[in-house]
Amino acid sequence: MDDLEDFRADVRAWLEANCPESQRTPATPDEQYWGGRQASFASEDARLWFERMRDRGWTAPEWPEAYGGGGLSAQQARALKDEMNQIGARPPLYSLGLWMLGPALLEYGNEEQKQKHLRAIVNGEIRWCQGYSEPGSGSDLASLQTRAEDKGDHFLVNGSKIWTTSADKSDWIFCLVRTDPSAKKQKGISFLLIDMATEGVSTTPIELISGESEFCQTFFDNVKVPKENLVGELNKGWSIAKALLVHERKLMSELGSESPRKVLDPVAAAREYLDFDQGKIADPELRRALTRYQMQMHAIGLTHMRGFEERSAGIRSAAGLVMKYLGTEAEKVKSELLLAILGSQGLGWEGEGFTTEELDTLRLWAGSKTLTIAGGTSEVQLNVIAKNALELPQS
Amino acid sequence: MALVLNEEQRFLQDTAREFLNKRAPVSELRKLRDERDELGYSPELWQEMVELGWSSIILPEQYGGLEFGFLGLGTVLEETGRTLCASPLFATAVLGASALLLGASEAQKERLLPAIAAGETTLALALEESNHHKPHHIETRLTANEGGYLLNGSKCFVLDGHSADHLLVIARSSGEINDPEGLTMVLVARDAAGLKCQRTIMADSRNAANVVFDNVALEADAVIGELGAAWPVLEQVLDRGRVAMAAEMLGLARESFERTIAYLKERVQFGVLIGTFQGLQHRAADMQAELELAHSVVLQALSSVDDSPEQLPLMASLAKTRLNDLVKRVTNEAVQMHGGIGVTDELEIGLFLKRARVAMQILGDSGFHQDRYASLCGF
Repeated sequence: MDDLEDFRADVRAWLEANCPESQRTPATPDEQYWGGRQASFASEDARLWFERMRDRGWTAPEWPEAYGGGGLSAQQARALKDEMNQIGARPPLYSLGLWMLGPALLEYGNEEQKQKHLRAIVNGEIRWCQGYSEPGSGSDLASLQTRAEDKGDHFLVNGSKIWTTSADKSDWIFCLVRTDPSAKKQKGISFLLIDMATEGVSTTPIELISGESEFCQTFFDNVKVPKENLVGELNKGWSIAKALLVHERKLMSELGSESPRKVLDPVAAAREYLDFDQGKIADPELRRALTRYQMQMHAIGLTHMRGFEERSAGIRSAAGLVMKYLGTEAEKVKSELLLAILGSQGLGWEGEGFTTEELDTLRLWAGSKTLTIAGGTSEVQLNVIAKNALELPQS
Repeated sequence: MALVLNEEQRFLQDTAREFLNKRAPVSELRKLRDERDELGYSPELWQEMVELGWSSIILPEQYGGLEFGFLGLGTVLEETGRTLCASPLFATAVLGASALLLGASEAQKERLLPAIAAGETTLALALEESNHHKPHHIETRLTANEGGYLLNGSKCFVLDGHSADHLLVIARSSGEINDPEGLTMVLVARDAAGLKCQRTIMADSRNAANVVFDNVALEADAVIGELGAAWPVLEQVLDRGRVAMAAEMLGLARESFERTIAYLKERVQFGVLIGTFQGLQHRAADMQAELELAHSVVLQALSSVDDSPEQLPLMASLAKTRLNDLVKRVTNEAVQMHGGIGVTDELEIGLFLKRARVAMQILGDSGFHQDRYASLCGF
């Protein structure tokens, strides 16, 4: 424990000396550094901050040093995160490679794949996107149809993926593809890595109700993929996909703290936009709604902490299973609450007459509808809880 | 690590579960109810609980206590919630012991706390004066009289009021009706002259009473703490009680939920187990999510008593609101998902339903605590 405290003190001093002042505020979407071949830094400070963290391996604090990671224990990584939060330091690198592909490669990849891809992720050289859903395979992910035919020295890939986040800005895509069309659903699926610069790969952005187009549809037209890009065994990709979905659920359950836009705090918003009567919000319905929301977030925060403590103590925690569902539903509640608090000032779409925060509030509200659909809908999450936590019989 | 039980606490919980399953299953409560038991609990059972150290679980060793803290107490209460065990545990070992520990003089503590620890004395907190929890809305008057005091007024919803040896009465010695200032806590023997006690038969078949004080004469040393300055102590006592009640309610919620899930796995309709129906699965899964949250909230609330008392008011109101809402929902769903048999007296689920409704009113309903939480947050 003393060692951990020493470590924490070192981290604090190092952050103090190395995190530029400008990197100690929440990053706007334009300021986030996602890495990759097309990437550029929003400022010289952002570059400095990224490079200093990268050089310590702290873009991926818990990955082994052999692959460019920081080699930290879970407790040390937690201490680093705490200390970064303490000064409001923004993440030096945003990356699906860090959050999703990397952990899967560490578990299922072969040595060549780890050597080739992990360091490029840590260093922010390659930006990854995820190819799971298809136009005909949403919640029923295992019905996916994108084919990868064995052509001896390569796979030939045909089909399309949808909801590929930022595919137009990404360099590589990790995909679920069907390698055995005769096998039943989950059984004939493999996990394949595809360089998006390969001939036959194309992407189109999809405009959402929020006005944003961070999602794309990605097409594969006779794309040749080397055999060495298969992760794990042929036709055994489903177990990797499931492991990744756990990471995605965890990620989405923690989303609130790292929203790309400047999110209004509901309590602060209430103070600014609502009438008060003797220290209390005058509208009883809004006061009640705000209280319920604050209580829910309080309880969710405590449950995140409990999950962490249980895992540190080596206790199997059931808390994790419910967090994606609770976290994303709470984000939707928050968006609706903010809209209600702002009233007509929360309804501006663009232009004059509204502050940036007000306009962002509406866009976030529309965007929040995505949260309980992507990464497994809330209904799918409830199915998973019923099956895995409650062990209810399946029809 | 406040959100994970240590080995000692886990052992305490396992012991409690084993003991209660053997000695005080739900059928014992039914027996007390059906026999219209005078006392409302089994004194033999209480003595065994005393021997296990539960009457003194939060008391310091110097008063014969076990000194296991609130997290330790919470593990036991959660188990008593699972079997709906009727006993003086809450009124005496939580409310009574806390009030004396926080408010009494050293001489009073030395006289009373070891007696509580030894199971020789039981207490009841006489606070409420109306049908809703309003902790400083007190009309019962305490007036000076010949070197002592006179007590006049009436109380309701006094848990264990008809069975306790002594009542801890919250009375007004000065100030206006709704004023937190001017409250005084006094210790009154239940057989004192001028005290009339009427047992109320409640939905949960547990103990409560209405009490009337008609010129009850008290000695000067009946006052616990300072005259007119009971509020700060009382508020802490109530918060401890709220947190402890939330722990009991967590046990109640878990037990009714687990029984319901078990039923979904055995009941066949339309040729299949009803647990296969998504309409039921989603409701059950959503309750599971709420139970996970409630578990964290209760653990944090209990450990805030032990480790971070500055958080206690907020945590107590969070815990009581969340658990009020949870037990209401879980017990309603338990009845509904059991179908026809769920509304029969034969099934024990109905006893959980009724206890839940009483527990929801004890020391504040959700409206009360929501308002308090919001005020503590500054809005």
